Amino acid sequence: MSRPIHREESASIDRLAIRYIREAAQHGLYEIRGMGAKRAVPSFDDLVFLTASASRYPLEGYREKCESKTVLGTRYAKKPIELEIPITIAGMSFGALSANVKEALGRAATAMGTSTTTGDGGMTSEERQSSKTLVYQCLPSRYGFNPDDLRKADAIEMVLGQGAKPGGGGMLLGQKVSPRVAKMRTLPEGIDQRSACRHPDWTGPDDLKIKLEELREITDWQVPIYVKMGATRVRDDVKLAVKAGADVVVIDGMQGGTAATQQVFIEHTGIPTLAALPLAVEALDDMNVVGEVQLIISGGIRTGADVAKALALGADAVAIGQGVLVALGCNHDSYVQDGANIDATEDYAKLGTAPGYCHHCHTGQCPVGITTQDSVLERRLTPDVGAERLKNYLQVLNMELTTLARACGKSNVHHLEPEDLVALTVEAAAMAKVPLAGTDWIPGRRDP
Amino acid sequence: MTHAMQFDLAKLSVREINQFLHHQLSGSGVDRIEILHPDGNHSIAVGMDADVAVDILGHAGYFIAGMNKRASVTVHGNVGWSVAENIMSGLVRVKGHASESAAASGHGGLVVIEGDASSRCGISMKGCDIVVGGSVGHFSAFMAQAGTLVVCGDAGPNLGDSLYEATIYVRGKIHSLGADAREEELQAADIERVSHLLAAAEIDCDASQFKRIASARSLYHWNADAHQEY
Ligand code: SF4
Repeated sequence: MSRPIHREESASIDRLAIRYIREAAQHGLYEIRGMGAKRAVPSFDDLVFLTASASRYPLEGYREKCESKTVLGTRYAKKPIELEIPITIAGMSFGALSANVKEALGRAATAMGTSTTTGDGGMTSEERQSSKTLVYQCLPSRYGFNPDDLRKADAIEMVLGQGAKPGGGGMLLGQKVSPRVAKMRTLPEGIDQRSACRHPDWTGPDDLKIKLEELREITDWQVPIYVKMGATRVRDDVKLAVKAGADVVVIDGMQGGTAATQQVFIEHTGIPTLAALPLAVEALDDMNVVGEVQLIISGGIRTGADVAKALALGADAVAIGQGVLVALGCNHDSYVQDGANIDATEDYAKLGTAPGYCHHCHTGQCPVGITTQDSVLERRLTPDVGAERLKNYLQVLNMELTTLARACGKSNVHHLEPEDLVALTVEAAAMAKVPLAGTDWIPGRRDP
Repeated sequence: MTHAMQFDLAKLSVREINQFLHHQLSGSGVDRIEILHPDGNHSIAVGMDADVAVDILGHAGYFIAGMNKRASVTVHGNVGWSVAENIMSGLVRVKGHASESAAASGHGGLVVIEGDASSRCGISMKGCDIVVGGSVGHFSAFMAQAGTLVVCGDAGPNLGDSLYEATIYVRGKIHSLGADAREEELQAADIERVSHLLAAAEIDCDASQFKRIASARSLYHWNADAHQEY
């Protein structure tokens, strides 16, 4: 008689941990992957709106106007950014993304009246042409960075870090360093490119102030300068950015994505977007610059509800990366070519994954043609198809945002406030600094 | 015939001078600018894009001649951090010493430091040429991608760390080389290249006395193929 098999899984050495240790022991290399944190963290899903009833009255959903215009960079720039919606496209590089995708982003953003952002690797002519409002990133690598493109930009984003890897530099594996990418970055083709994590020409916050002044001098104080940081010591960092002269502060929470970095960074650094946002708002308040320095929050924003909650907690706008990729077709089981839907599951399988689980942007073998430089694969997403999908997605987000705002009785999405929210969990209440639903308890808040 | 113009930073702001250099210089017939009393001011003559000679008469601060195109900027004194950062073309000459990150991320053009340059000289350089009459500090040419750094004096610790395709020539002592940097045999083509740059820099040195440092290229790949599961 065979013995019964006992399957008591260890909570600490579970199957994931066993897989991780086995892989480490086998290869001696750490895991690199794309996208953002997969672990569950407190998020905007843990908040709900207290929409109007007897004590507040709502606006008519389809009849009364709800304004979503958003102005960024009013502090020093002669030409602030004016957007129709408070939803922007986060910085993603040509190199990480195909040229088709960059063009699709620009076209959709332009149609919806919002901005796109360059990335590590410089500005392509396709994206400058397609994107009416383009934010030009100044990154530690300075790949392709030049004064002509700087002057063509509608805003400059000084990148100190990003949510997926605060404190870490960029990475682009050799498969994606195509002749065009290599030329733009002044690198040999096909090398595994690891960019620096610190800027070459300045170090601390005092230098940053002088650096921002230099960029303003070069651009004659015309365009706004954003300072983007991964969410770690948010309160201090935001204050230093404001002191350094930022027009706009961008905070990217730990759920923020990347095209490639070490898994250990993605899952174990930074704080959740939900926790970061109120800290940033408090810092702006402490510095007395609320309304003067705008705040963009990013990292795991997917839905109109997320956008509405971010605005209610004090963000002026959000930036979206991964949600945009998913709208374009990331993790879909098929792609469209010549009008036909073609199954992509086999190509996911070749990467050792399946639709819905993929985080293999770093390989350059994106089964749906988004994060690739391969001439065959990139044809799987044309600018037409990509732009249409993304425009629809942005439209839905803004419709959901204005629907919630109206239901809260607001005629302008920027009038949403923390008062409109309660939390469903103690953790979310403590992080978002709104009461736990059904109580007036905000954990951690001392009575004044 | 030269048409010169003087600006006095004791009376004008950096903004006013840069505004002139960006917008009024072209078509003015002025081909030589003198800037008096720089007195450590930052960002003087940044973002230039004109065939003009700019003489800064005294010591200047950070980011002097940043992102320069075409102009020929001379600082008759010392400079702070990141002189000629991201230079695209033209010439930037410092008659004195330069602080950290001189010519950082320079894409083209020539940067001459007649005295010493501090640490990270030529960091992240992407095609510019740099000639230093004196010595350079630690981590010079860190992650340098393309271009040439010529050092007539000594080099500090970790020279050329994580070097890509840039080449470094040092006449004096090298304290230590950084990761992936190695000394290679000096060839006739190197001597010619160094002689040419020394002549352009107007620095008198024997080109055959230099050591050549380049990348061993062992960090270009980290065997990612071994682990498709990433
Ligand atoms: S489907 Fe493409 S874009 Fe999405 S995670 Fe996979 S490789 Fe990245």
